[in-house]
Amino acid sequence: MAESSAATAHGHPADGTKRDLLELIAGAGAVMLAGGVAVALIGSMNPAKDVLAVSAVEIDLTPIAVGSGITVMWQGKPIFIRHRTDKEITEARDVTLSDLRDPQTDQSRVKGGHDQWIVLIGICTHLGCIPLGNKPSDMRGEYGGWFCPCHGSQYDTSGRIRKGPAPLDLAVPPYAFVSDTRVKIG
Amino acid sequence: MAGLHKSDLPNPVLNWIDSRLPIITMMQKEYGVFPTPRNFNYFWNFGALAMVTLILMIVTGIFLAMNYQPNTGLAFDSVQHIMRDVNYGWLIRYVHQNGGSMFFIVTYIHIFRGLYYGSYKAPRELLWILGVVILLLMMATAFMGYVLPWGQMSYWGATVITNLFSAFPAIGPKIVTLLWGGFSVDQPTLNRFFSLHYLLPFVLIGVVFLHVAALHIVGSNNPLGIEPKGPQDTLPFHPYYTAKDSVGVCVFLIVWAAFVFFAPNVLGDPNNFIEANPLQTPADIVPEWYFLPYYAILRSVPNKLLGVCMMFGSILVLFVVPWLDTSRVRSARFRPTYRWLLLLWVLSFVVLGVCGANKPEGIWVILSRIGALYYFAHFLLIMPILGKLERPLSLPESITQAVTGRPLESH
Repeated sequence: MAESSAATAHGHPADGTKRDLLELIAGAGAVMLAGGVAVALIGSMNPAKDVLAVSAVEIDLTPIAVGSGITVMWQGKPIFIRHRTDKEITEARDVTLSDLRDPQTDQSRVKGGHDQWIVLIGICTHLGCIPLGNKPSDMRGEYGGWFCPCHGSQYDTSGRIRKGPAPLDLAVPPYAFVSDTRVKIG
Repeated sequence: MAGLHKSDLPNPVLNWIDSRLPIITMMQKEYGVFPTPRNFNYFWNFGALAMVTLILMIVTGIFLAMNYQPNTGLAFDSVQHIMRDVNYGWLIRYVHQNGGSMFFIVTYIHIFRGLYYGSYKAPRELLWILGVVILLLMMATAFMGYVLPWGQMSYWGATVITNLFSAFPAIGPKIVTLLWGGFSVDQPTLNRFFSLHYLLPFVLIGVVFLHVAALHIVGSNNPLGIEPKGPQDTLPFHPYYTAKDSVGVCVFLIVWAAFVFFAPNVLGDPNNFIEANPLQTPADIVPEWYFLPYYAILRSVPNKLLGVCMMFGSILVLFVVPWLDTSRVRSARFRPTYRWLLLLWVLSFVVLGVCGANKPEGIWVILSRIGALYYFAHFLLIMPILGKLERPLSLPESITQAVTGRPLESH
């Protein structure tokens, strides 16, 4: 603006307005360019196509004994698949929802007709540690589910948070039963 | 139009250079004759020590990078390769590994010096703020450097610290995915941490340059916290403080060498001798010692988001210290109540560090809550209120009068 008023003083008012327009166009162009560069650079930090492509794994459930679970990898994350006993299912379903920190019914966390199988992302919702409890000999906490050794979060047999610092239930990954003994995660 | 700089250097070659680019004149002015208060104590060594450490870290780091592989399958082994096969690799790596700890020791003492002698007060507020920026950059650099050896504690430390960002509502998980470049700490994470760990020290050099430039505008504070009143209160930086700094550098390098040669792993975690395993969390995840106080603050709060905010807040509060402290007297030497409360703050920092090293159970939870409470109360309550209530001791009239030993009654 200082330049345009100087131009006016020299008797070229038209120059002033033209220069303002050019400055605005140049400025807007620079902002768009900077925005485009930022989109590309920040975008390059998000998961790449190959990382996104490794999206699904298929698991055979027959070797998993009642009462124990296994850990498989999916998208770099541990997935817990546990074969629950009838007692564990009953315990998970007898809870009053209002007692839960992150209320979800057990029915909504399993697939209908496959109530004995619970499939969870095995990452503590507190700070990302991996809870113990797949092996019956592991520490499973007071609620018989999983116990996080880092900061003492305790999950029940439905993977819901019951005690300790974690704010949320263990997440359920997207999955489907291919047959009665095979699941596809992702 | 600019012309040649009038250089008075007798050497014709140096004079030719200096006339066209007066860096020799500048060095003379800023590090030769630069007037510096005559009463520095050894606390004023620590800025120079931090500078020496930064340079040594960059030099050793560049040579480590010649043999290090930022690949999840190779990283751990390449560090072992440096330790066992590369000529003097063990030396370079141990200097670098322990250098991280040395850097934080001298920086923490440097910050304490600033707090005790009121070096953050007008007109040095911006100097102080640049210092806090340096601290934050150092922390980010140290954290990412610790991930590179790809041991168990590297991996799980990275997982826990990056997951802190998931506490922020709505955008939290998106930030974490962005930081990871995937769905867990993995190859993209390691690769970018290596890139940034190499970059940030050079950013640090830039901010350190601004920190020093600001220092050379406002001048150094001193143990009395009063401004020099004339040439009798100052000494030329060279040879007086180049000599005094050299003494400190020698002692400091002896301490550093003692760690490197006699106890290279005493500050490290044994779990980092095990290669990273994404399927097995170590029984107890602890950060390096210099992060323990903040880790204790994080764990002292039962709510995740609040804990994360308190942890970040414990550093960010330093930015506003120049405006929280309402006392006009700089040096705690003349503030009879404040000096003890500041030492109590140091104690709270140490207690938090010990709490951070222990499992958050029983007495440690209580102690870390008390420590965190005092840590914040010192800045947010004591600094503003005490500055108005406290009656400071009378300040000496000048630096020279105070240090030449004339009785204080004479003024």
